[in-house]
Amino acid sequence: MGYVLEVAQAALALALAPGLAGLIRWLKARLQNRRGAPVWQPYWELAKLFQKEVVVSSNASWLFRAAPFIVFASTTAVTFLVPILAVPLPFDGLGDLLVVVYLLLLSTFFLSLGGLDPGSPFGGMGASREMTVAALAEPTVALAIFALALAAGSTNLGQIVARTMADPGAFLSPGHLLAFGALFIVTLAETGRLPIDNPATHLELTMIHEAMVLEYSGRYLALIEWAAAVKLFIFFALLGNLFIPWGVSVVLTPTTVAVAVASLLVKLVVLAAVVAVLETRIAKLRLFRVPELLSVSFVLALLAVTSSFLLK
Amino acid sequence: MNLEFGLMLGGYGVGAVGALLMPGGRAGRGIAAFGMVWGGAAGLALSLQVLLGGAAFTLEVPTLLSIADGLAFRLDALGAFFLGLVGLLAIPCGVYGFEYVGAYEGRYSLRLLGAMLNMFLLTMSLVPCADNVLTFLLMWEGMSLTSYFLVLTEADEPDTIAAAGWYLAMTHVGLALALAGFLILAANATTTAFGDLRTAAASLTPAMRNTVFLLALAGFGSKAGIVPLHVWLPRAHPAAPSHVSALMSGVMIKLGVYGLLRIGLDLLGGGPAWWGALLIGLGALSAVVGVLYALMENDLKRLLAYSSVENIGLVFIGLGAGFLFLGLDATAAALVAFAAALYHALNHAAFKSLLFLGAGSVLHATRTRDMNRLGGLIRGLPWTAAFFLVGALAIAGLPPLNGFVSEWLLFQSLLPGIESRAPMVAPLMTLAVSVLALTAGLAAAGFVKAFGITFLAIPRSPAAECAHEAPVSMRVGMGILAVACAVFGLAAVAIMPALAAALAGSARLPVPVPGFGSGVSLSMPSGFARMSPTLVALGLILITGAAWLVVRLFASRWPVRVSATWGCGRVVQTPRMEYTSTAFAEPLRRVFAELYRPTQDLSIDFHPESRYFVQSIEYRSEIVPWFERYLYAPLVTRVRRWSIWVRALQSGSAHAYLTYLVIALLGLLTLLIVRPG
Repeated sequence: MGYVLEVAQAALALALAPGLAGLIRWLKARLQNRRGAPVWQPYWELAKLFQKEVVVSSNASWLFRAAPFIVFASTTAVTFLVPILAVPLPFDGLGDLLVVVYLLLLSTFFLSLGGLDPGSPFGGMGASREMTVAALAEPTVALAIFALALAAGSTNLGQIVARTMADPGAFLSPGHLLAFGALFIVTLAETGRLPIDNPATHLELTMIHEAMVLEYSGRYLALIEWAAAVKLFIFFALLGNLFIPWGVSVVLTPTTVAVAVASLLVKLVVLAAVVAVLETRIAKLRLFRVPELLSVSFVLALLAVTSSFLLK
Repeated sequence: MNLEFGLMLGGYGVGAVGALLMPGGRAGRGIAAFGMVWGGAAGLALSLQVLLGGAAFTLEVPTLLSIADGLAFRLDALGAFFLGLVGLLAIPCGVYGFEYVGAYEGRYSLRLLGAMLNMFLLTMSLVPCADNVLTFLLMWEGMSLTSYFLVLTEADEPDTIAAAGWYLAMTHVGLALALAGFLILAANATTTAFGDLRTAAASLTPAMRNTVFLLALAGFGSKAGIVPLHVWLPRAHPAAPSHVSALMSGVMIKLGVYGLLRIGLDLLGGGPAWWGALLIGLGALSAVVGVLYALMENDLKRLLAYSSVENIGLVFIGLGAGFLFLGLDATAAALVAFAAALYHALNHAAFKSLLFLGAGSVLHATRTRDMNRLGGLIRGLPWTAAFFLVGALAIAGLPPLNGFVSEWLLFQSLLPGIESRAPMVAPLMTLAVSVLALTAGLAAAGFVKAFGITFLAIPRSPAAECAHEAPVSMRVGMGILAVACAVFGLAAVAIMPALAAALAGSARLPVPVPGFGSGVSLSMPSGFARMSPTLVALGLILITGAAWLVVRLFASRWPVRVSATWGCGRVVQTPRMEYTSTAFAEPLRRVFAELYRPTQDLSIDFHPESRYFVQSIEYRSEIVPWFERYLYAPLVTRVRRWSIWVRALQSGSAHAYLTYLVIALLGLLTLLIVRPG
C-alpha cells in the first residue's frame, strides 16, 4: 500500500506541477486585469514541445543532450522523498531533507552545464547567475533544515512532519516561523520567481533561468520546463507540509488519503495566490541586489537555529 | 619482518634505484611506475591487514641510529588508515605517470623524478608507521625534502623556484614547531617511543598540554594547509608535475591531519573543549577562504589547490567537532565526528587526485592551465572530460557520489550538539553548518566553472582546438580514481564502521563501534537520520532510463537538426563572444567585493583618426591576496631586516665557526651544572 502511495504521489506531483505554474500565471493575469491564458495552458505547451523538432547547436556535446534527462530525473527523484500525501513513506529512509536539497543542486549543476555547452553568451550568463543564486541560497536552506531538525531530532522528513503534528504548539514556535520565512524567500530564488528572476520574459538582459535554457528546444526544453514546474511544486509542498502538516495522512485509509489530497490542493492554491499577489506587487530586483535579499533570508534562518537552541 | 612491509620497502626501493640506474626512456619510466604500483599495492595490503585484522604491526631496529632510541615502526589502525591512503593513490598516480612524464623526456631529468617520486611515497608511507620521535621526524623531513625536489622538477618554468622556496620555508617552520611540541611531550618520558610519551602525557600540567597541542596544530597545520598557513599550497601544488600534485593534495596534506590526530587524540588523549572550538574556527575560515579564492582562479591547477584548502577546512571542522564533543564527554558523538572527518579525508584524496590528473591531461594536451585559453575539450578528450566530470560532481558534494556522503556525515555529526548544555556549542554548531552549506554551494559554482569553461563550448585557443586524448596509461590512472569516487559513495555503510573502528579505543572514544545502518541504508547511531546513497543512485538511474524511454516512445520522431548557436542576429560566432572563466565568476566577485577588493584597470587605445574606433582594449583585474599582503609581506620584510644582523656572524672563516662551537658547548655544559638532572 505504501509503495502504491509513493508512486501515486510522484505521479500526482508530475501531473499537477504544470497546472500549478499555470495557476500562478492565471491568477497573476487576473490580478493585473488581464484575461490570461487558461490554467491548463502549460500542459498544451508541454504537449506541443514534445511534438516539435529539436534543434541542437553545432557546438554542443553529448552533455547538452544528456542534461535534460538528468535534470528531470533528479527533480523527479525528489518527489518520492518529500511528504506530499502521507507520512511515513516507505522511501523515507532513502533520503532525508539534505538529500532532497542536494538532488535539486544536482539538477541545477547539470542545467548550468547545459547552458554553457553551446557557447552562447546568454547560456554562460544564465549559468553564471544561476550558480551564484544557488550558492547563496544554499546556506539558508541548510540552516532552515538545521533549525527544523534540531526541533524534531531528525533530518528525515517523516519525523519532522510527525513531530509538528504531535505538538501543534510547535507550529507557532519562533524557530518554526523564522525557518518558514527563510525558506519562503529561498523558494522564490530557487524557482526563479520575482523579485529574483522574471519567469514571464524571454529576452531581457536580467534573465537567469530563461537565459540558461535559451538553446534548448523541442522535447529537451519540454523536459526542462516540466522539471522546473515540478521543482516549484516540491518547494510548495515542502512549505505546506513541513510547516503546516495538518491534512497529511498518517494512517492509510481511503478517507485520510482523500483528505490529504484535498488539503494539499488547498495549500497549493493558497501559496500560488500568495506568490501571484507578490509578483504583482513587487518589481524585479537588480541582479546585484539579490544577494541582499538572500542575506535577509540567511539571517532569518540563523535566528531560527538560535531560537531552536535556546528553547530546547 | 612482515611480508607486506618488506614488499612495500622493496617496491619503492626498486622503483627508486631502478629509475636512477636504468637508461632513460621507456624502461626508466616503466621501472619508476612499476615501483610505485608495487609499493603502493603492498602498502595498501598491509594497511587493510591491520585495519581489518585489528592487530598492530611492529618492527624495531634499535641498533640503527641508537643515539635516539633507534628506528621503531608500529602500525596501529589510525596509522593504517593513512598508510592505506598513500597506497591507494600511489597505484593510479604511478600508472598515470608512466606516460605523463613521457613529455618530459629530454627536458627534465627523469631519473631524478622517478627516484624522488618513489622516495617521496616511501617516506610518506613510513610517517604513519613511525613509533618514536626520531623515526617520525626523519620520515617527515624525508617526505618534505623529496616533495620539495619534486616541486622543483619544472625549474625552468616561471614561478616554480619561488613556489618551491615558499614551500621549503613553510614546511621547515612547521617542522620546528612540531619538534618543539614533541620535546615538551618527551620532557617527562623515559624514552621517545610513542607508548612512553602517551604515559608521560598524563603527568603534564594543563598549560603544557595546551602548549603541545597548539605547537602541533601550528606545525602540522602548516603541512595540512590550514589558513593562514596555507600560502605555500596554491603555489607549490600547481608547480609540481600533475601526478605529484595529485599525491601532494591527495595524501601529503592529510598527513598533517595524521600528525594532529596522533598528538592531540592519541598521545594527549584529547583536551578541553576549546581545542575543538579552535579547530572548528580555523576549519571554517579555511573552508570559506579556500573556496572563495578557488572561485576567482583562472588557472585550473591553482583552482584545485585552493579547493584543497577548502576541503582540509571541512576535515578540520569534523576534527574540531570531535575534539569538542570529547572535551564535553560526549564520546559517542565525538567518535562519529572523527570518523566523518577521516571519511572526508579519504574522499578528498580520491576526487582531488582524480581532478589533478584530469588537469594534467589537459595540460599534457594543450600545454596551458589558463582556463581562459581552454574550452571545447570534451570533443578532443572525451575520456578525460568524463573522468573530470565525475570528480567535479564528487567534489561539489552531489549525490550519489562520495563527496556527498561525507558532507552528509559531517553535517549529521554536528546535530548531536543540541544535546549539550555548554554555551559555546550553539554558536559553533551554527557556524559550522552555515560554512558547510556555503562552501558546498560555492564549490558547486566553482566546479561548474572549472568543468564548463575547460571542457564545454567553443575552444578559446588553437591549442585547445587541436587537443588530443591522453594516452592509455593516463586514462587508466584516472579511471581507477573515478571508480573509487563511485565506490566510496555507494559503499558508505561498509566504510564508515571501519573508520570508526580505526579510532575507537584511542583517548576515551568508545570501543564497541556503533552501527551505521545495514544493507544499503546508512544511518546515524544517534538515530538522527537515515539515507541510502546506493538506492538514490539506483533511483536516479531508473528514472533517467524511464524518462529516456518514454521520450523515445512518445515524443516526436523527427531527427535532431544541428544548427548554429542562436546569436541575436550576429553573423558568425567566435570564442571571444563566449563567457570566460573570469566572466563566470563575476557575479560572485561582486557579491564578495568587500573581501576581494578587486582592482580594475581598463586602458583603451583609440584609433588616431576617430575616437569611435578602438585599436586595442586592455582590461586587467586583480583581487587582494590578503594573507600574502598583510600577514606575510611584513613578516618577510622583518625577517630580511633581522637577517642583516645575523649575517655579521657568518664570516666564512672556519676559526670563527670553531669558536661558536666551543661557546655553544660551554653554554650547554654550564646549563647542565646549573640545573643538574
